[in-house]
Amino acid sequence: MTFHIADTVLQSRFFLGTAGYPSPLVLQTAIAAAGTQVVTVGLKRQLSQGGAPNDFYAMIQATGARLLPNTAGCRTAREAVTLAHMARELFGTHWIKLEVVGDEYTLQPDPFELVQAASELVRAGFEVFPYCTDDLVTCQRLLDAGCRILMPWGAPIGSGQGLLNPHALRTLRARLPDVPLIVDAGIGSPRDAVQAMELGFDAVLLNSAVAQAHDPVAMARAFKLGIEAGRIAYEAGIMARQDMAVPSTPVTGRPFVL
Amino acid sequence: MNQTTATFATTFSITLNGEPRQVAPRTSLADFIAATGQPPQALSTAINGDFVARESRAGRELLDGDAIFTFQPITGG
Repeated sequence: MTFHIADTVLQSRFFLGTAGYPSPLVLQTAIAAAGTQVVTVGLKRQLSQGGAPNDFYAMIQATGARLLPNTAGCRTAREAVTLAHMARELFGTHWIKLEVVGDEYTLQPDPFELVQAASELVRAGFEVFPYCTDDLVTCQRLLDAGCRILMPWGAPIGSGQGLLNPHALRTLRARLPDVPLIVDAGIGSPRDAVQAMELGFDAVLLNSAVAQAHDPVAMARAFKLGIEAGRIAYEAGIMARQDMAVPSTPVTGRPFVL
Repeated sequence: MNQTTATFATTFSITLNGEPRQVAPRTSLADFIAATGQPPQALSTAINGDFVARESRAGRELLDGDAIFTFQPITGG
């Protein structure tokens, strides 16, 4: 189950978001249940009175998981680049989940701003994990910009709609066989994660599907099992579909008819 | 006239996360952050949309009209 990403060996293919949990304790327990080694975090502009005590960050650090800060809320490359530098200083990592949104309704990434920001950040020494659409040419341009990892969406952020365009994801896998691909956003149930892994994706990143479950800790475990099952199935080789029935029991015709 | 100019120059206006503030001339960003009472390593800073690294705050004097932004860690997806 190990895989290499950004010069790092990970045992878990499950990246987990940290937002929207019922309590910090539930989040902490969910991270443990997920077995995740990478968690996403964010930055927030402080209120004028200054920052409140931030127990969350100390708790996240205590889990030992790698941090993947995001640039959520950015609408331009310039905003994202500035926020990425702030994240690198604040979290002490050069990993950045690059988000540049181009549409308020769908939160769809803006490919043009994304490529520009990715190019600048790669030059500045960041390991850029771009949150992108499943458009093949956009993904190729991000690779041209120096990205070594791609994180195409399965569906709009927080929608839980699953993989809306498996064909596009399958195309990415086929055309970019050596690039680590992580499905990010839109995952609703473990079934969706299994599907992503069976398509040959290297990992899955999700947040809401766990955080909004009735029992986030149990759901974290369900996703862990699903991601493992999907990956093992992919490596084992899934049988080809047939249009018609194919008998599996090796009998000789009908039992009582010669 | 000179007295008026001196009075005018005792403070100038900046904003902190959108809130207006008055600061004295030659106040550095590091001084300003220290005056908020927050540990300097607990936040990250930008002025007018440009990142100002922690080690550069002492050398960055605030100017009239500067828009300072401070960011802290939060949960995220």
